[in-house]
Amino acid sequence: MIRSLARAAALAVTLPLAAAAQTDDVTTFTLDNGMEVVVVEDHRVPVVQHMVWYRAGSADEPIGSSGVAHFLEHLLFKATDDMEAGELSATVAANGGRDNAFTSYDYTAYFQRVAADRLGLMMEMEADRMRDIRLTEADIATERQVILEERNQRTENNPRALFGEQLNAAQYLNHRYGVPIIGWRHEMETLDMEDALSFYRTYYAPNNAILVVTGDVDPEEVRALAETHYGAIPANTDLPPRVRSQEPPQTAERRLTFRDARVAQPYLQRSYLAPERDSGDQKTAAALYLLAQLLGGGQTSYLNQKLQFDSNTVVYAGAFYRGTSLDDTTFDLIVVPAEGVSLQEAEEAMDRAVADFLSEGVNQEDLDRIKMQLRAEQIYERDDVDRIGNRYGRALASGLRVEDVQAWPELVQNVSGEQIIAAGRAALRPEVSVTGWLMRDEEVTQ
Amino acid sequence: MKVLVTRLAACLVALGLAVPAWAEIEIEEVTSPGGIDAWLVEDHSIPFTALELRFRGGTSLDRPGKRGAVNLMTGLIEEGAGDMDAQAYARALESLAATFDYDAGDDSVSISARFLTENRDEVIDLLYTTLHQPRFDQDAVDRVRGQVISGLRSDAKDPNEIAGEAFSRMAYGDHPYGSDGRGTIESVTGLTRDDILTAHRDVLARDRLYVGAVGDITAEELGALLDRLLADLPAEGAPIPGKADVTIDGGVSIVEFDTPQSVALFGQKGIDRHDPDFFAAYILNHILGGGGFESRLMNEVREKRGLTYGVYSYLVPKDLASVYMGSVASGNDRIAEAIEVIREVWSRTAREGVTAEELEQAKTYLTGAYPLRFDGNGRIASIMVGMQMDDLPTDYIATRNDKVEAVTLDEVNRVARELLDPDGLHFTVVGKPTGLDG
Repeated sequence: MIRSLARAAALAVTLPLAAAAQTDDVTTFTLDNGMEVVVVEDHRVPVVQHMVWYRAGSADEPIGSSGVAHFLEHLLFKATDDMEAGELSATVAANGGRDNAFTSYDYTAYFQRVAADRLGLMMEMEADRMRDIRLTEADIATERQVILEERNQRTENNPRALFGEQLNAAQYLNHRYGVPIIGWRHEMETLDMEDALSFYRTYYAPNNAILVVTGDVDPEEVRALAETHYGAIPANTDLPPRVRSQEPPQTAERRLTFRDARVAQPYLQRSYLAPERDSGDQKTAAALYLLAQLLGGGQTSYLNQKLQFDSNTVVYAGAFYRGTSLDDTTFDLIVVPAEGVSLQEAEEAMDRAVADFLSEGVNQEDLDRIKMQLRAEQIYERDDVDRIGNRYGRALASGLRVEDVQAWPELVQNVSGEQIIAAGRAALRPEVSVTGWLMRDEEVTQ
Repeated sequence: MKVLVTRLAACLVALGLAVPAWAEIEIEEVTSPGGIDAWLVEDHSIPFTALELRFRGGTSLDRPGKRGAVNLMTGLIEEGAGDMDAQAYARALESLAATFDYDAGDDSVSISARFLTENRDEVIDLLYTTLHQPRFDQDAVDRVRGQVISGLRSDAKDPNEIAGEAFSRMAYGDHPYGSDGRGTIESVTGLTRDDILTAHRDVLARDRLYVGAVGDITAEELGALLDRLLADLPAEGAPIPGKADVTIDGGVSIVEFDTPQSVALFGQKGIDRHDPDFFAAYILNHILGGGGFESRLMNEVREKRGLTYGVYSYLVPKDLASVYMGSVASGNDRIAEAIEVIREVWSRTAREGVTAEELEQAKTYLTGAYPLRFDGNGRIASIMVGMQMDDLPTDYIATRNDKVEAVTLDEVNRVARELLDPDGLHFTVVGKPTGLDG
């Protein structure tokens, strides 16, 4: 063991060189109509992933229309002025490709994965549905049933998801992040043609979109194709500024208990309102990212060490921080109590462990090990350029710039233990937190 | 739409052009000095290697009364080895920035490793210790057992898991396939450290080992690595059980569960991976329910009627039995209609087969999509091991699309008639469905 630790220390010194020697092969530029473009090259296999990200997600929806961003995402697979309903997917499939789309709080994204020489065709179709969808009332009626079944599948049938919705709703007092991406059922049931089209006309435009192409492509060819297909679409000069209701100071600790007969394994989740990565100002976020790794990032993390290995209080502990977000995000802790341990006991043990961590300070060896793994990740990541592309897409749709994405790895490497503790003390305050207990129906609170 | 159609036609012609590029995946068959066989794809563009080790047998090797032992053993491999307890071991692995992933399935236990070139020898030393000197400390056994039981307890209230369990029990009976490879709360509670040691001896043996490696490593380096890592494994493991008798009777069975959306698993007898009709069946399934948005089931159940978010069918050719399965989920008041539509599509396809146009579209998709699978070192290593376990030759990658192309409409439609059995199709429904008789 001693030998391998010594070697590991030597490795920590040599790795940055290996990491620095490689480049991401990332090219970025902007079309005249304002559409941003990111290209990440990997020429090992003749495959391309083509994505268009819109800076429009569920948090951009009008009041009363929750779920419309996601509903519209479904409707974009219907007809356009040039394509029949389903034709885009059918054409992708006929070319051996796969296509799909996803919606989040801050963005909606569409993608195809296909042989590299089909890129122009993908752009042609994606550009077509950016401005020219043609919906029927039948599309609206049928697809609304589909999204209600999707909500059934993801949420209504899953007590953990229902619990998460309640937790989130309690976390955000004023911001739209408190409303589920898929929407509240009673509002989804009322979504109509005008809701969908109004959101579409407002947000689907090249000056509100990011094109991300990854794989076996030449950036100059991508530029030429993008100019042909997307460059022809005029910018939407009426694009509204992206202003949302922000959180007021949060001053009261919140608690909730969610009971459901379908819960087999009770657990506790605590979320704290936390700052997100801001363009040019990502240092706190970098510290919180490392804090989540140190506290609950894996087998050797502090919470697992204390609660799982030393005391057998929990079967699982985790910490999560979602830094890429347009507005205030959350820092989350989860503990799943071991057999015979109550939620109350698990919560007390978790609180003690977090307090101990903040007062003991960061173990430098642990921090070095995490940083070393992150450097290695930059090597492994070159095997999966789609992931690199997704990271750019998500970041650019969430208020960050290319420079922020590129500065991030080094920022993380430069965070000190003291900065992590300081960020933790500032973020993990009871008055900005929600503590939720997910319980079996028959259980009573102590 | 004209522009697109023209473009599309051009693309279809161009499809052949994609072939030479991906055919560049050159598989070397390597035999180590010590006699261990492996498939290798060298790619020195990124300084790391993906190594896939797979041992045939999997959780089906559980001894009588010890259901869950192989799974628990697999979960414990990374919980301490040699002179390192679980925490020291985890720190050592993290310090090397390598990852070892373990999985116990019905037919195999797999170990997927990923490591940098610059510390490869140390990683292999650590993996050697992992495979040969696992500690299975009692406290680790109890801790991981607690995690497994926690998962089993959760799944006992998950409609998808309940449906899977009920369907498997009906289809495979007492065969290992008929029960959850993770065991029951009772069986896992009863497992001892000796049971774990037995499972370790039963599973990790050279007579059932398959190896794939992709990345920054030469054949010579790989040979030396394999001897170092694997030559000390026992020559033989436990005998692999016999084939399962598949019993599926048509009809519906309902597991009452209070939840708003019913989940249905459906299935009938399947087709063996080595059956000469397998390719025809594979294409048939793509058209029926395998092909995402374009499949017949998706079109009828979701696109036309909005009865579900997703409906799929899939061939499940396991080593010891084959079934043909599908799944759907609909609100309790709509699942009866979804099932009726699925039955109708199933019978219509059996009766009338598919159209020439559907066959062409399926072939174009399947042949075009095939090269897209080979897009990462780990994935290629995994595919190569799967090929070896299926007894396929290294040139299969180059010939596979020809086999798809060679399937005729008559063949697909004959297989549709012979394979699809609407009367033998069973639906296991979990929920509170209305208008359904179980």
